[in-house]
Amino acid sequence: MTFTAPKIDEKPASTIARAAPVPVQSGRPSAWRRLTSNSVASFGLALLAVIVLIALAAPILPLADPNITDVAHRLAPAFSAGHLLGTDQVGRDILARLIWGTRVSLAVGVAAALTAALIGSAIGLFAAFYGNIVDMLLMRGIDMLMAFPYLLLALAIVAALGPGLLNAMVAIIIVNIPFFARAVRGATLAVVRADFMAAARLSGLSDLEIVATELFPNVLPTIVITLSTTVGWMILETAGLSFLGLGAQPPQADLGGMLGDGRNLIQVAPHVATIPGVVILLLAIGINLVGDGLRDVLDPKLKSGGIARALAKTAAAPADERKRKLSSLPQPSTATVPLSLRSLETHFLIGEEVYRAVGGVDLEVKPGEAVGIVGESGSGKTVTALSILGLVATPPGRIVGGEIAHHGEDLVGAPLARLQAIRGNRIAYVFQDPLTTLNPLISIGEQIAEGIRRHQGLPRAEAMRRAVALLEAVRIPDAERRVGAYPHELSGGQRQRVGIAMALANDPEIIVADEPTTALDVTTQAQILRLLNELRRERGAALVFISHDVGVIAELCDTVNVMYGGRIVESGPVDAVLGAPRHPYTQRLLACVPELGRAERRIDPIPGLPPATNALPPGCAFAPRCHLADGKCSVGEIGLETIGEKHKVRCVHAELTAA
Amino acid sequence: MSEVILSARDVVREYGGSGRSNASRGKVDAVAPSRVLGGLRDRAGAIFGIGNTPLRAVDGVSLEVRRGRTLGIVGESGCGKSTLARMMVGLLAPTSGNIELDGRSVEELAREDRQKLHRKVQMVFQDPLGSLNPRKTVRAILEAPLKALHGMDQKARRERVAELMSLVSLRAEFTERYPHEFSGGQAQRIGIARALAADPELIILDEPVSALDVSVQAQVLSLLADLQARLDLTYVFISHDLAVVETISDEVVVMYLGRIVERGSREEIFADPRHEYTRLLLSSVPGKHRARARA
Amino acid sequence: MGAYILRRLLLMVPVLFGVTVIVFLVISLIPGDPAKAILGTFATPENVAKVNHDLGLDRALPIQYVIWLGNLLRGDFGRSYILHRPVIDEVLDRLFPTLLLAGAALVLSSVVGLSLGIIAAIRQNGWQDKLITVAVLVGISTPSFWLGILLIFWFGVRLSILPVGGMEEMFGGGGALDIARHLVLPAVALAAVAGAVLVRLTRGSMLEVMRQDYIRTARAKGLSEASVIFKHAFRNALVNVIPIIGLEAGFVLGGAVYIETVFQWPGIGRMLVNAISTRDILLVQGGVLIVAAAYVMINLLTDIAQSFLDPRISRS
Repeated sequence: MTFTAPKIDEKPASTIARAAPVPVQSGRPSAWRRLTSNSVASFGLALLAVIVLIALAAPILPLADPNITDVAHRLAPAFSAGHLLGTDQVGRDILARLIWGTRVSLAVGVAAALTAALIGSAIGLFAAFYGNIVDMLLMRGIDMLMAFPYLLLALAIVAALGPGLLNAMVAIIIVNIPFFARAVRGATLAVVRADFMAAARLSGLSDLEIVATELFPNVLPTIVITLSTTVGWMILETAGLSFLGLGAQPPQADLGGMLGDGRNLIQVAPHVATIPGVVILLLAIGINLVGDGLRDVLDPKLKSGGIARALAKTAAAPADERKRKLSSLPQPSTATVPLSLRSLETHFLIGEEVYRAVGGVDLEVKPGEAVGIVGESGSGKTVTALSILGLVATPPGRIVGGEIAHHGEDLVGAPLARLQAIRGNRIAYVFQDPLTTLNPLISIGEQIAEGIRRHQGLPRAEAMRRAVALLEAVRIPDAERRVGAYPHELSGGQRQRVGIAMALANDPEIIVADEPTTALDVTTQAQILRLLNELRRERGAALVFISHDVGVIAELCDTVNVMYGGRIVESGPVDAVLGAPRHPYTQRLLACVPELGRAERRIDPIPGLPPATNALPPGCAFAPRCHLADGKCSVGEIGLETIGEKHKVRCVHAELTAA
Repeated sequence: MSEVILSARDVVREYGGSGRSNASRGKVDAVAPSRVLGGLRDRAGAIFGIGNTPLRAVDGVSLEVRRGRTLGIVGESGCGKSTLARMMVGLLAPTSGNIELDGRSVEELAREDRQKLHRKVQMVFQDPLGSLNPRKTVRAILEAPLKALHGMDQKARRERVAELMSLVSLRAEFTERYPHEFSGGQAQRIGIARALAADPELIILDEPVSALDVSVQAQVLSLLADLQARLDLTYVFISHDLAVVETISDEVVVMYLGRIVERGSREEIFADPRHEYTRLLLSSVPGKHRARARA
Repeated sequence: MGAYILRRLLLMVPVLFGVTVIVFLVISLIPGDPAKAILGTFATPENVAKVNHDLGLDRALPIQYVIWLGNLLRGDFGRSYILHRPVIDEVLDRLFPTLLLAGAALVLSSVVGLSLGIIAAIRQNGWQDKLITVAVLVGISTPSFWLGILLIFWFGVRLSILPVGGMEEMFGGGGALDIARHLVLPAVALAAVAGAVLVRLTRGSMLEVMRQDYIRTARAKGLSEASVIFKHAFRNALVNVIPIIGLEAGFVLGGAVYIETVFQWPGIGRMLVNAISTRDILLVQGGVLIVAAAYVMINLLTDIAQSFLDPRISRS
């Protein structure tokens, strides 16, 4: 075995920066900055800050004594002289009581939240880290606490300890411990399983160091998130206990206690109960807004508004805009061609960045032909495939240029109903991971049959009979019985057989298979590929096969398109392209692939990294990594030139690359 | 023939009493240490004792690793190769049998002198980003073993980190960055640097290139070959990809359902496979006709 | 399926057992002489001696528990010295109003929560979504007891269209319609917070599910959006939401304490508040135990409902 010396990454910094697929930024923007850049969270933060500052400033504010009664001026309405917010049933100044009461509520709520966080997190951490019997005992205890309706256990505790603010706080702490314990245990388990924990052990760190430097920093966000969501409840619940007369005892009043006092006066003096309620509401809104903002910052996965729902069909630019460039191209697609892509451009708009995932792809699929698309991640092969029937998620995807013609009919501009009539009927898909692409709650038979009913309008029973026949066709043993099975009851290979059966259900003209065997073991992969090929030949369906694996493409396809940086850089018959590649990228890609039985061959890595599609270099995207590159490679548009029979290559130095 | 650095004798590893099939655990079959499985165990099963069939991930494996050579372990998901890897570095203990490193039991070393064990044997993981703590800089990740295993002072650590970064062909300014700022290939090089920081004799590579794109995979394979030559390392290279194993290994064992079904030199295994399963594996690799056509 | 339900039923036994342990431990927290606390103003030396003997309070803690549990299993929850009647009678009398109120609130919050959640998800970032999001924020931040007071003020006092207290008219009331009229305001007040939480979770869950690969598969089959959203997405979202509905049952049963107090609803919640202020410990204990048992049953039902929906639970 021979290797060339590694010279990876030793390119000038400028090209690296341009080619880097990850945004180059040193350090992460501080959590604080990200929080305050969220306008809703900032509003919450400001609201909270005002309330907290006023509460903190209570001793220095020119307030009346909150506990001095003045029966003569009882139940004065708001804006009375000397009593901005009026007085209560014994003539105490409501404003003063409100501010002092807010102090109490805040202090109790925050203290309770922190204590519950400390105890609950410790339990969760211990349970997950030590596992087994410790986990079992601790978590069973937590389960028992959670077997009570939330507030009821708190009531029982207050009943035992007796009413009082401190006892109410203890009760609220105890009933909130389970939330922390569960959340932290879950987060800890996920971290304990992570490889970096094993790596830390291998680095010789002690248990204590591992917990302190590896485990805890990764669990901390969960603790903060849980804290931010529970502190609001805790303030509400302590207020609630005071409202019932079980928390703060007279003459001391927190917000809940004031509300309780005002409750019976609602008919004569509604302001006595309304005002403290408004303060609790504002406080809780502030806390919840900040909590949501914190969660977005600390756990992008949970981002509340951040998950965008994909529309039923990829958004597209208007036809005249899309087809502007097409007029200059020859041979408009005709009705005899099942599928023709011309200058297809699909972009993703993420924040301010435009990712040119597909940057002008031409592709033609003839009846019964097997067309391969090969490329590395980020090359645009999957987005090309999904664009065909408008399955690219919008947002952020958008087809901005070109056309996709199905027997001459432009699919990009087609209305959703028309697209739905073609999806799964004339053009069908087989996706990558059969575990995630099948609906876990619906039997495999129904998942096949629903497509048949939709397109052929068959009655339920008949569609199900067809589903059984299809399962037999994809060689699922005992299909009659297995038709009622659910995806989780099948092995990976069987699931992908179901995926193929679904694609074949309406005898499509074209099957688009997107890495259908990547998630499978090699022996299973071989069976599935054989099956897919046999069945589609039998039924005369054309195949568009997307893969990162040159070997799979070689085995299955008639023609192949090599993609790099969102464009096809070389295309032609499989034997020509893979046997005598002419684009430097294709040549060097093939030199990277270890081949069975040729261990003596040089593995010759390509230096550098594939380009990020939001920062594509001008001209040839491969130029920064190419040994042949010169000034000509980095200017203007480089066309796909024909160099042999149906063999095309997008390279200005194609004359230098012949073997 | 060079001396044996690591040997396994009749190694068996069972997982919990869970009746779950290994299918649900997919490719990361052996990542889960026992405590995780224990946690996942069906509560009802735990309480009422339903369904206690222990799962044998590794079922009587014996093998030898020779100094300065590369042993390839090949097999499909669920064959126990990753569990075996974890036992070789002392992250898991065998249920029975013994693994010896330079004549001392790995299990015993892991219990009594973990530092000594990890100065000798290290591991590189499959998921490049998953094996780096997202909240530590590259420097912190690389300095941990220098301090904990070799007790280096701050100045020595600084120098050694710079040396490690250049060994794995990463630019020096990357040292202060966090893992999420790297691509898969770069992250895997950091993982390799972390393993090298211990200055080990033996590195267990558990599917180190499976998560990488072809061109990046070639970069990492070429780096690994270069490092082996320069640092006189011994490798155990675990993969499901036969072509990759053929490229990098001197000797190869083929595993199936926890057992070794065939072993031999690279030439023996790939040119003249004896076991039916090895033959099936080899015949399943796609694109062979291209190789034949060109050869 | 049958095996699954049986297993869940069996699992209830240790949970109920745990509930009794916790209630017992909480009550044993009572500072001072528990018999005196139980008897309150009735703590004559003879009564104290009798209670100590009846409840085995003069024995070691584990033995006390065994005696206490034995009594419970025989339906003997002790006696309320203040109400002069067995605890179990009082609790059972008040169980129906509480279950009615909590059930109404749970149904209301689930229906509203699920529908608004779906609408917000389908119209993500549209005006409907924004409106719902603001409403949810206010909903989860509003103390339910305050909302109850406001509802009484507006609908009962100012508009005078709905009764503001009790479960039925004092004279000539008691019909289903009468009870329903009395139920409206407390049920709305109790359902508001729970419903808001559910809207949020349903929306989030729908959005999460809509991103899954199998939704793309469903669309690639050419299914209509209605089918994609309700048959494929909503069912999967429901799997995440149902356990939350179970959890909400707990919030609603607990929150009933406030609402029953505000609306003078004759349920267990108000009984508990009164019992706590009169230190009627055995009555508190009985009420908490019965409601906790009801809650465990509700959780069993949600578990079973979920297993009907999710074959991964019932068929593994």
